Amino acid sequence: MEWLFLERWSPYAAGIGIGVLSWLTFLLSDKALGCSTAFARTSGMAARLFRGKKVLQNPYYRKFAPQIDWEWMLVLGVILGAYISARLSGTFDWRWVPPLWEQTFGGAVWVRVAVAFLGGVFMGFGSRWAGGCTSGHGISGTLQLSVSSWITVVFFFAGGIGAAMILFRVIGG
Amino acid sequence: MLNTLHQKKGWQLLLGFVAGVFFGFFLQKGGVTQYDIILGQLLLQDFTVVKIMLAAVVTGMLGVHLMRALGWVRLQPKPGSWATAVWGGLFFGIGFAVLGYCPGTVAGAVGNGFLDAAVGGLVGITVGAGLFAAVYGRIQKPVLSRGDFGEKTLPQLFKTKDWTVVLPAAVVLTAVLWLLERAGL
Repeated sequence: MEWLFLERWSPYAAGIGIGVLSWLTFLLSDKALGCSTAFARTSGMAARLFRGKKVLQNPYYRKFAPQIDWEWMLVLGVILGAYISARLSGTFDWRWVPPLWEQTFGGAVWVRVAVAFLGGVFMGFGSRWAGGCTSGHGISGTLQLSVSSWITVVFFFAGGIGAAMILFRVIGG
Repeated sequence: MLNTLHQKKGWQLLLGFVAGVFFGFFLQKGGVTQYDIILGQLLLQDFTVVKIMLAAVVTGMLGVHLMRALGWVRLQPKPGSWATAVWGGLFFGIGFAVLGYCPGTVAGAVGNGFLDAAVGGLVGITVGAGLFAAVYGRIQKPVLSRGDFGEKTLPQLFKTKDWTVVLPAAVVLTAVLWLLERAGL
């Protein structure tokens, strides 16, 4: 059982694990792994707290009802699964600023949190515009050989590589 | 197959949660709950993210298409268009680099104790998704449907059998992984 306590697995072991997990979600739940609609549903639930029932008239929330579903529970489960793994690995760490960020842009917590928030807004907006994220398009869509997913994932990485290069080689460089 | 299980709402919520626990476990063990690993990929210095994704895709693709041939599962390819893929993809990509996590790994990062993911990331992604919901009605027809390719799969596009694409794709993607290792990445 030593492998449960290893700090890191080979990326191939982790990837094959995720691949086998996707067999099971197709079989047992008729679902593909995906994470970004859960955030859209949460935004609807939050909007409902402030604006009441008229939120349900929004065409997007009619498509993705603001309620807890399979995928929402999946994202919740990811938090627990990563926590268990981190505890077993001995790598759990309360940390505000990632090492690479700190090395390049300094240790100020508010700067990192503000930038993370801004990046999150782009990501939430972009993932819903694209209709999926790195798991929904990047893994589940591509494994089904979906045309839209293969094209989308190219642009995920094109945008990501371009923005990371500007951030770390131009601004931080 | 297993249609009765698919209809049971309570069981499905539990199964979703259990699947998430495994997913989060694999993501953390693979290292991709860490900002540094994700940025390492986008800066083309550390290929962990691509290795995990391609290993998952090859494994998943073979199994899911086999189960489909046996009539056990049905595919659910995502719809999309040039407008959703290009603009959505680029917005997402910018977020990917600036946040340093994606919607799945941000949850994993929270489980790992990373507070920039919890306070900045979770809230930011939710706000971004809400902004999209606010504009969706106005952009759906004039923008998002441009260059629509529907729910098509590559075998449908090439008008061929699934396995004619699945097997070569598995070989090519495995070769890409082999080349990455050979290049010492």
